[in-house]
Amino acid sequence: MDAALVTAASDALIAVAVAVPVCLVAGGVAIATRRRGRGTDGAARSDGADAEVAGAGRMTAVLTPRATPEVAPAPTAEPAPPPTPEPEAEPASYRGRLGKARGLLSGYLGAVRAKGRIDATTWDDLEEALIRADVGVGATDALLDDLRGRVKSGEIDGPDALVESLKGDLVAMLTTDGSGLAVVGADRPGPVEGETARTVDVWLFVGVNGVGKTTTVGKVATRLTRAGTPVLLAAGDTFRAAAGEQLSLWAERSGADIVRGAEGGDPSSVVFDAVQRAAAKGQPLVLADTAGRLHNKVNLIEELKKIRRVSDRPPGHVTEVLLVLDATTGQNGLAQAKVFLDAVDVSGVVLTKLDGTAKGGIVVAIQRELGLPVKLVGLGEGPGDLVDFDPEAFVDALF
Amino acid sequence: MFESLTDRFDGILTRLRGRGRLTEADVDEVLREIRTALLEADVEIGVVRKFTTAVRDRCVGLELSQSLSPGQQVIKIVNEELVAILGGETLQIRYASRPPTVILLAGLQGSGKTTASAKLARWFKQQGRNPLLVGADLQRPAAVEQLQVLGGQAGVTVFSEATDPVAVATAGLEEAKRLGRDVLIVDTAGRLSIDEELMDEIRDISGSVRPDYTFLVIDAMTGQDAVSTAEAFHAALTLDGVILTKLDGDARGGAALSVKEVVGRPIAFASTGEKLDDFDQFHPDRMADRILGMGDVLSLIEQAERTMDQDVATKGAAAIIEGRFTLEDFLEQLQQVEKMGSISGMMSLIPGVSKDLKRASESVGDSQIGQVKAIIFSMTPRERTDPSIIDGGRRVRIANGSGTTTADVNALLKQFKDMQKMMKGFGKGGMGGALGGLGGLLGRGGPKMSPQAMSDMASQMGGSDLAALGAGAPGGPASPFTGAGGGSKAAKKGKGGKKGKGGGRVTPKSR
Ligand SMILES: Nc1nc2c(ncn2[C@@H]2O[C@H](COP(=O)(O)OP(=O)(O)OP(=O)(O)O)[C@@H](O)[C@H]2O)c(=O)[nH]1
Ligand SMILES: Nc1nc2c(ncn2[C@@H]2O[C@H](COP(=O)(O)OP(=O)(O)O)[C@@H](O)[C@H]2O)c(=O)[nH]1
Ligand SMILES: [Mg+2]
Ligand SMILES: [Mg+2]
Repeated sequence: MDAALVTAASDALIAVAVAVPVCLVAGGVAIATRRRGRGTDGAARSDGADAEVAGAGRMTAVLTPRATPEVAPAPTAEPAPPPTPEPEAEPASYRGRLGKARGLLSGYLGAVRAKGRIDATTWDDLEEALIRADVGVGATDALLDDLRGRVKSGEIDGPDALVESLKGDLVAMLTTDGSGLAVVGADRPGPVEGETARTVDVWLFVGVNGVGKTTTVGKVATRLTRAGTPVLLAAGDTFRAAAGEQLSLWAERSGADIVRGAEGGDPSSVVFDAVQRAAAKGQPLVLADTAGRLHNKVNLIEELKKIRRVSDRPPGHVTEVLLVLDATTGQNGLAQAKVFLDAVDVSGVVLTKLDGTAKGGIVVAIQRELGLPVKLVGLGEGPGDLVDFDPEAFVDALF
Repeated sequence: MFESLTDRFDGILTRLRGRGRLTEADVDEVLREIRTALLEADVEIGVVRKFTTAVRDRCVGLELSQSLSPGQQVIKIVNEELVAILGGETLQIRYASRPPTVILLAGLQGSGKTTASAKLARWFKQQGRNPLLVGADLQRPAAVEQLQVLGGQAGVTVFSEATDPVAVATAGLEEAKRLGRDVLIVDTAGRLSIDEELMDEIRDISGSVRPDYTFLVIDAMTGQDAVSTAEAFHAALTLDGVILTKLDGDARGGAALSVKEVVGRPIAFASTGEKLDDFDQFHPDRMADRILGMGDVLSLIEQAERTMDQDVATKGAAAIIEGRFTLEDFLEQLQQVEKMGSISGMMSLIPGVSKDLKRASESVGDSQIGQVKAIIFSMTPRERTDPSIIDGGRRVRIANGSGTTTADVNALLKQFKDMQKMMKGFGKGGMGGALGGLGGLLGRGGPKMSPQAMSDMASQMGGSDLAALGAGAPGGPASPFTGAGGGSKAAKKGKGGKKGKGGGRVTPKSR
C-alpha cells in the first residue's frame, strides 16, 4: 500500500470525507460507551452543565431587582409598550374555519353510508379516509379491526351505525381529563425548607422547525392578557435569524412584557432571566418560546432538557410543556411526540394550521400510543386564531 | 432520510433472497409490505396504489432470469419504478437570455422558504452568479429581518420595502436590473392553498415578475396533504420544480414521491439542515439508490469536491494510508471536513454506516468539534506529532489553554488512539477493497464506485469499537462528542464568533 494509490486527488477527498467523520463519531461513541460503563461521569457532567447555568444566574443576580431592588430593569428586558389597540380579532370559529377544508372525506363516508350494506369496499373506503387524514396505518388498523369484530358480533348492523361507531370511538379516544390548560398559580408546591418559593409558572413551547411555536406563544399571550393574567414572554429562540424580533412583535400585539437574550446566546439563561424578572415584578406566568429543533438532533434535545431543568428551579415552576405540531405533519409526528415526551415530559399538544386542508390525524395515533392530549388548536395567523381542542368538532372535520 | 423505508425493503427482500423462484404469493406479500412501508413513509395513498400496481404488473409473470435472484429482480423493478416517479434527471438551470433569471419561492407557512431563498442565493453565488434577494413576505412578523440576516450570512444583498408584496417584487426586479444582478430570488409569505386571497396575491406576484423558475418549497415531514397542496400551487402558478426541506430529520420523506407524481416536475433542490451549506441539487436516481439502502455516494463526492482543498486532503489521505496520521493531520482534516457541512449529514450519505453510528453522529455538533479543535490548538507541535509525551503537567496546561478539563483532554487522546487504530486497519486490510475501489470511484465518467467499497471502508474503520457500541449511545453521558449539554465551555468559547469558514456563517452554538 503506498501513496501512489491516492494519486487522484478526488480519491483523497473521499478517503478523508469518509474516514474523518466515521472515526470522529465512532471514537466519540466509544468514549461515551466507556463512560457509561463507569457510571459516574455522566452525572458529574450534567452537574457541570447546571453549574454553568448558575453562572447565568450570577449575571441575573446583578441585573434583577431581587438582588438590587432599585436597579433599572435588566438591559435585556423591553418594557411592554401600551397595549396596541389591535382590532379585536373575531374569535375563530372551529367549524367555520374547518368547513372550508372539508369535503374530501365526506366523499368517502358518503359512499359508505349510501351503499346500504357493509362489504369489502366499505372497509377500504374507511381505511382510505383515515389514511388520508394522516391517522396512520397502525391506528387505522386498530380502529377498524375493533369495528370488524363488532360488525361480526352483530353489535353494528349497517353502514350508518358503522360510521357513527367509528366517530364515537375517535371522540372517546380523544376525550381526556387532561385536556385543559394548567390553571396559573394553582397547585404550586409548598415552600421547601431553605428554598425560594415557587411564584412563577413557566409554560414551554417546543417542537420541530416551522410548526408555529412563536405564533402560538403570541396567541396564548393575547388570550391570557385579555383575560387579565399578566404574562412575560421569554425569547428562548436565540438561534434562528430574527426570532427575537418576531416574538417582540407578538409581545407588542398582546401587550405582554418580553425578555430577550443575545442572538446565539444560551437559551436557558434567557428563560432563567425571565423567571427572575417575573418573580421580581410579581408576574405569575412566563411563556417561553424555544428554537425549532428536529427530534433526531441529540445535542439540541439535550439543550431543551437543560432549558426545562433551569425553568423549573424556584422561583420557577414548569406547569405546561406544550408540543406544537403542524397539522400537515405525517407519520413523523409520532416520532416527534415520543422523543419530546421522553426528553421534556410534554404535557399536551397544540395542533396548528388546522385552517388548511390537512387534517392532523396523527394526533389520534399520538393520543393512542402516548396518551398525550391535544389542548389547543391553531386556526390562522392572527392573535385570535386559537381555540381549545374540541374532539367532536375535530372528528367531524376529519370526515 | 429514507432509512426506514430502506430497512423495510431490506427486511422483505432478504426473505425472498435465496429462493429459486418468485411465486405469485411472494409478489403479493412483497406488495402488501411495500404498501404499508410507503404509507408509513407518508407517500400519498393514490400514489401508493399506482406504485404497487406498476410493480405488480411487472413482477407477476416475469421471466425469472438466470443471473439475478428473484429478490434482486424485485429490487431492480422497485428501484426502476421509484426512479420513474422521482424523475429521470436532475434539473439543469437555464439562465435567462435577458438577465436577471427570476426565481419565485412559494409554499405553506413554515415550510422553509426563507431559509431556502438564502441557500439558493448562496448556491447561485457558488455557480458564479450575482444574485439579489427580495423579501416579499410582509405578513409574518420579522420575516424580512430574518431574510436580511440570512442574506448577510450568504453575502447577498436583500431588497425589501414596506409597501405590498406585489409592489416589493416588482421593485425588486427593477432593482436587480439597475444593479446588474443576474439572478433574482423572491421569498414570499407562507400561504394555505385554500386561502383564495393569498393565492391571488402570489399569482399577481408571479404575473408581475414573470419568474423563469417557480419552486414549491415543501417540508419532508409532510403527510398525505402534500398532494393537495402541490396540486393547488401547481394550478395557480405552474410550478417548475420542488425544493424539499428538513431532510436532515428522520421523516421518511414519502412526500417527495407524492409531490413529484402530482406536479410532474423535478424535485430540484434538497435542504438538509439549518446551515446555509446544507443544501444541494436533488438527484432522483441517487434518492432511489438511497431508498434501497445504497447510500448517496455521489452527493458526498460532489460535496467534498466543492468544499475541500484537494492538496490538503491528498496529504491527509496519504498519512492515513501510510499509517502516520498525527493530531496535526487530524486537525487539518477536521477543518476540511467541517467545511462540508454537518457531520451527521455527511454520515447519512456514506453507505454502510450503521444506524447506531448515524444516530450517534447527530450529537456531533459545532461545539464538540470546536472543543476538539481548541484542545489540539493548545498543544505544541511536538505534542501533536507525538501525543505520548503528554504527561500530567502538560495535560493541565492543555486543558487550561483550551478552556476544557483534563478529562476532556484525556478523552480526546484516547479517542485519537482508537482512531489511529481504525485508520491503520483501514490502511492495511482495507486497501484492496476500499481504497482500491475508490481508485475507480470517480473514474472520470467510468463506472461509479461500488457503494460496497465505501461501505467496506466505513465498516472496516468502524471495527470492533463499533461492535461494542450496544444500544442507544446517543443520550448517554456527555463525551466530547455526545451529549452536547456538557460541551458547554467550548460552546461558550465558540460564541466569540470566529467567522465560519466557507459559509461565512458565524457559529453561535451547536447546531
Ligand atoms: N395558517 C396558519 N398558519 C400558522 C398557524 N400557526 C402558525 N402559522 C404560521 O406558520 C409559520 C411558522 O410559524 P412560527 O410561529 O414562526 O413557527 P415556529 O415553530 O416558531 O418556527 P421556528 O421558530 O422557525 O422553528 C408562520 O408563517 C406563522 O404565521 C396556524 O394555525 N395557521
Ligand atoms: N432542520 C432543518 N430546519 C430547516 C430546514 N429548512 C428550514 N428550516 C427551519 O425551519 C423553520 C422555518 O423556516 P423558514 O425558512 O422560516 O420557513 P418559511 O416560513 O417557509 O419562510 C426555521 O426554523 C428554519 O430554520 C432544513 O432543511 N432543516
Ligand atoms: Mg419560532
Ligand atoms: Mg419565511
